[in-house]
Amino acid sequence: MKKLLTSTVAVSALALMLGMTSVRAEDAVDPNAKQGGAITITYKDDVATLDPAIGYDWQNWSMIKSLFDGLMDYEPGTTNLRPDLAESYEIAPDGKTVTFKLRQGVKFHNGREMTADDVKYSLDRVTNPKTQSPGAGFFGSIKGHDDVAAGKAESLSGVTVVDPYTIKFELTRPDATFLHVMAINFSHVVPKEEVEKYGADFGKHPVGTGAFKFAEWTLGQRVVFERNPDYWHKGLPYLDKISFEIGQEPIVALLRLQKGEIDVLGDVIPPAKFQEVMADPEQKARVVEGGQLHTGYITMNTTMAPFDNVKVRQAVNMAINKDRIVQLINNRAVPANQPLPPSMPGYDKEFKGYPYDVAKAKALLAEAGHPDGFDTQLFAMNTDPNPRIAQAIQQDLAAVGIKASIQSLAQANVIAAGGDKAGAPMIWSGGMAWIADFPDPSNFYGPILGCAGAVPGGWNWSWYCNKDLDAKAAEADSIVDPAKSGERAKMWSAIYRKIMEDAPWAPVFNEQRFTMKSARMGGADNLYVDPVHIPINYDNVYVTDVQ
Amino acid sequence: MIAYLGRRVIQSVLILLGVSLITFALLYLLPADPVRQIAGRSATPETVESIRRQLGLDQPFFIQYWHYLTSLLSGDLGRSYIQRSEVTELIVSRLPASLLLMVGAILCELAIGLTMGLLAAVRRGTATDQTLMVASFVGVSAPQFVVGLLLLYVFAVRLGWFPIGGYGTWRHLVLPSLTMGILGAGWYARMMRSSMIDVLCQDYMRTARAKGLARGAIIFRHALPNAILPVIAMIGIDIGIFMGGIVVVESVFGWPGIGQLAWQAIQRVDIPIIMGVTLVSAFAIVLGNLLADTVAPFIDPRIKLR
Repeated sequence: MKKLLTSTVAVSALALMLGMTSVRAEDAVDPNAKQGGAITITYKDDVATLDPAIGYDWQNWSMIKSLFDGLMDYEPGTTNLRPDLAESYEIAPDGKTVTFKLRQGVKFHNGREMTADDVKYSLDRVTNPKTQSPGAGFFGSIKGHDDVAAGKAESLSGVTVVDPYTIKFELTRPDATFLHVMAINFSHVVPKEEVEKYGADFGKHPVGTGAFKFAEWTLGQRVVFERNPDYWHKGLPYLDKISFEIGQEPIVALLRLQKGEIDVLGDVIPPAKFQEVMADPEQKARVVEGGQLHTGYITMNTTMAPFDNVKVRQAVNMAINKDRIVQLINNRAVPANQPLPPSMPGYDKEFKGYPYDVAKAKALLAEAGHPDGFDTQLFAMNTDPNPRIAQAIQQDLAAVGIKASIQSLAQANVIAAGGDKAGAPMIWSGGMAWIADFPDPSNFYGPILGCAGAVPGGWNWSWYCNKDLDAKAAEADSIVDPAKSGERAKMWSAIYRKIMEDAPWAPVFNEQRFTMKSARMGGADNLYVDPVHIPINYDNVYVTDVQ
Repeated sequence: MIAYLGRRVIQSVLILLGVSLITFALLYLLPADPVRQIAGRSATPETVESIRRQLGLDQPFFIQYWHYLTSLLSGDLGRSYIQRSEVTELIVSRLPASLLLMVGAILCELAIGLTMGLLAAVRRGTATDQTLMVASFVGVSAPQFVVGLLLLYVFAVRLGWFPIGGYGTWRHLVLPSLTMGILGAGWYARMMRSSMIDVLCQDYMRTARAKGLARGAIIFRHALPNAILPVIAMIGIDIGIFMGGIVVVESVFGWPGIGQLAWQAIQRVDIPIIMGVTLVSAFAIVLGNLLADTVAPFIDPRIKLR
């Protein structure tokens, strides 16, 4: 941990010294780690795809990170940005031009050297509508993005290959999130020749520059990664092989872990077994707990009566007994009082939120003209524990006179109802809740609380649109100077405070992660609850029983 | 015979068409937008529309259905929305596992069910008969999810005789086959019992006994072959029950068959896979029924094809 901290300081200090330039300090290899060994991880569901332009679920997100690299990445186990395939980067004073110097000698798994042309190709590919990438929207600030998105151009005019190891980005506006975007999977670098060879099946034959290379995929049974011996980061990864066994029910996976047959539960510890595991000291010792960039919340449709009245929304915020809901899920979460989760920059520690106060909630409802409450509907996803949570919310609302009937539906149906302006008065977000794409406060605003998301089919299910806040958000995101990141975080805190005043959401809890591993797994705890690698950071963990 | 077969084949094709139309319509009416799922939460409306056009989902229902049918004729079931792989490839890669499980399950249900039925019939009215019939009732009614987990817990976790789920060797096959087989065994035990009792009451049985044949010879040489055939002819019809069961059993045991594929696709609303698996299952059921009906007269000449 200390080591990680030092390197962060080094990067920041350098950034200050060089004005707006940042270079990567090489991080040391864990002295306790041994190279070699193989681990097995289980999952219930099939791996969807390993194409970085397409994969967008928490299962393949981390797998893709081990096969591919981007210009930027995060220090293992933290949310601190650092250059990765880039050796250094430089941001122009106006914040609209970013130039990356690439690391030399980085090779794809097929043996060819990666150059700036590959970076450009990968970004042209991900933004091209034909790729149907769910991440295309992240690249909106790059010049020429709209033409590519509209099918008018094949290539982003704002991305220029200066020489094989230099690439320049021109942006339409200063964008503080741009470096994060260069770290998400969608911007990871792919080799053109392999993409063209496999076409739509590239996701089943992934070739990248990452720590592991793809070895085997038996549909419905297993996916196997092997160590990339030519990985540019010398000394990494530690493991020789990772086998992902697919189609294992979480309860069966837990039994196998207890027998020592597997090393990490890819899915969560089954809720029915959670207390049993935590009550056994031997098993509990192998569970690592950590925060995640997640908030579970109730949306209230601000365009539908009676939720168009801010007092009603505030009353709902005061009516919910969050502690009881957290208990209901075996304390696998912490109560939330604002949209941002505690591990996110910009989280406001001083902010106390709405207290749980039934009398005050009733008074607010009476002020709003509903002394006897009203009838409404609460939509929720139909998989455990969400129906139970919805029932707890229902009871809390009933205590202040609001009679909510529960609509328990499949995920896609709830999402569809939320994206329809007249679809859902209230939604419990569990099972579909926002888990950040990257650790930046802006990521919790645009699509879910900003005007851009309040469109048919959008994710702003409370249909809350505050133009003034949109302008403030844009202003905050134009601060690209790393030295002013504190100021920027403060601006974002103010935005979320104002949102809580308007109360389009009732934040309920922030889920905690509990990763269970076998006794032979080694590496710092934060690698097992890495904020950007779920469930674990494959590149940096090791096994202790190799010779 | 040929005319009968021809008629049945045409009927089967019509049934399959009906199944495809109904499934397609139901999935079309689902209040979930697959394009939104593909496009992701940060997509612009233009991107969403562009994907909708590329997938042909902006077309009216019957045109979409017609496209689906015409590509189906060339063996193309489309591409999965989530996995982006060809549905045909996904199903074909998983069919062998499901077929293997089917064979295992049929062997289990016949072995258990026929033995129970035979025993109950020859001990008719005794405590053995009653115990076996209660057991068969339990077998028919026990939820497969529970049976599967119980077997797994006892024989794999506690006793360690079999692996805890998975696929690969004959030892992996035993518990899932048994789970599937217990349900069918209940049915077969009841059918075998009544069929056997029916045969044992026939005149020729009395003749055999009058001839002084040994009890074993009567049961195994004369009664059993007559009683067992109509029961075996039911296997074809079993496929329907089987297709329902694999969704649960394959999920419990991590068995990489099409049932597991279907279950995952339903959870993710991956419409092309749901369509594909439904059609393949419907095909298997129709084929099973067709075979059962065609084979029946060869086994029991009293049945005539019309």
